[in-house]
Amino acid sequence: MDRLYSSHIPTSFLQKSLLAVGSGIMSISDPSRDDMISVFGETTGSLALKYIQQKMILDPEGEQILRDRPIINSSTVDLEQLKMLPAGTLGKEYSNFLSKYTLTPDARRPVNFIDDRDLAYIMRRYREIHDLTHVTLGMPINMLGEVTVKWFEGIQYGLPMCVLAAFFGPLRLGPKHTAKYLNITLPWIVRSARQSRLLMNIYFEKNWHKPITQFRHELNLKEPPPKV
Amino acid sequence: MFVTCHQSTNYYKTFVSIFKCLHQIPIRFVTSTTTTHFGFDEVPENEKQTRVNEVFSSVAKRYDVMNDLMSLGIHRVWKDYFIGIIKPNASWNYIDVAGGTGDIAFRYLNYIDRNFRQTPTPTPTLTPTPPPTDLSSTPEINISSTPTHSYMADSRTESLICPTSNCVVVDINSNMLNIGRQRAQENNLASRIQWIEGNAESLPFQNEQFDLYTIAFGIRNCTHYDNVVKEAYRVLKKGGRFLCLEFSQINNPLLRYAYDQYSVTFIPPLGQIIAGDWKSYQYLIESIRQFPSQEEFSSVIRSCGFRFVSYKNLSFGIAAIHSGYKL
Repeated sequence: MDRLYSSHIPTSFLQKSLLAVGSGIMSISDPSRDDMISVFGETTGSLALKYIQQKMILDPEGEQILRDRPIINSSTVDLEQLKMLPAGTLGKEYSNFLSKYTLTPDARRPVNFIDDRDLAYIMRRYREIHDLTHVTLGMPINMLGEVTVKWFEGIQYGLPMCVLAAFFGPLRLGPKHTAKYLNITLPWIVRSARQSRLLMNIYFEKNWHKPITQFRHELNLKEPPPKV
Repeated sequence: MFVTCHQSTNYYKTFVSIFKCLHQIPIRFVTSTTTTHFGFDEVPENEKQTRVNEVFSSVAKRYDVMNDLMSLGIHRVWKDYFIGIIKPNASWNYIDVAGGTGDIAFRYLNYIDRNFRQTPTPTPTLTPTPPPTDLSSTPEINISSTPTHSYMADSRTESLICPTSNCVVVDINSNMLNIGRQRAQENNLASRIQWIEGNAESLPFQNEQFDLYTIAFGIRNCTHYDNVVKEAYRVLKKGGRFLCLEFSQINNPLLRYAYDQYSVTFIPPLGQIIAGDWKSYQYLIESIRQFPSQEEFSSVIRSCGFRFVSYKNLSFGIAAIHSGYKL
């Protein structure tokens, strides 16, 4: 097998299986190994990625994304300009989110173990819009927020990594968050995931100026529940 | 047996590379080649050192765990056997090159403790040899001003030195040395080892300083392994012994096939899971295949001046111990 993209590492089925099992175990036993979560996602996600690809091809905006292959990092997104946007717009909210949690769009791991150029791009796009998903849903990056986003992604995309994180993540929530999770957050997010447009089909880069409430409305997303 | 396209490409590459290697051995002694092997890649010579350095900086923390997993613990047996062949003596001046995390050096000192039943003295017992007068490039060195055991030299700019301990560990990579120093502290051996950051092809020591020179699983990472052997010859005293433990070639084709399959299938994924680094362990399995066979390496050692050169296979040739004497 030849290298299909710059970060590609060709692997046989047996090697992928080993990676899947090993990274699965490592992700649980050593949560600091975020690279293991990436590896797990890549080695178990091929079916889900194909599903996403089908959905993207059928949607005009999604198909545009597959053709343009936009990339989100600090050189393609003008963070300074986003900061200047009026409050309440998608761009400004994203900029606030990044500075509040001192994040950078460059922190995403490159895709290694997917043996198809298009699917590798889809995986990359999935990782790059993760922070934007947080912003669109209005979720912070604490455990509850992450689990909520994983539920959303799990339902919309079907990636095993998201589904497993969504199931097992809540086990680590404290009692206050667990109560909120079960009573308010979970019903809301499941409903939102099912009725909203697929976020992979959204050309975020063309919507920076849009007020976020209007953006959510267009996606058929309900406003997030109030904070505890 | 059904072989996939990927694997047959690998075998073809191995074949071509081995042919190239064989072809280059006589040439290398006459002219210097401009490219060398980094695994299966051809890279400019000055790049190999940097790339190897990157590999070891990356794997340093998980190095010992990975060794245990990859060899299923057998590397410990190989190293114990290696020390058994050496039969260390407390009066020797010993240098372990590419000794990184200290596996061989610790075993050496432990063997001495077990067999010479004396309380280990923290001060070195050697008398420094006077600097040779025929080397105009080395200035007079006042031994008493040489720093203590934690001395770290930059081999290219410091003048040649004498060892301050009768157990010296040299490695080109500071991360590996740091791990080694830590382990030495944990095992109460810190005061008996001198750790030096240096290049095996250009050791910072004066001629004829050591009775015993070892290099274990390091020489295949060096850009010019013949220069490493030449340096070994230079720093060894007359009567000194050179010993090299290194991965080698399996003769039996069936076993070789099984070993290749195991290596290619398991080692890089294990490297990814344990150390988070696929590429370094891919490099490892490729560099093993690039290294010359037992006989070829023996003839290189002989050509550097060593006599009574012999080798012993370990685990059917997965590893081999080469030995030679400077007489």
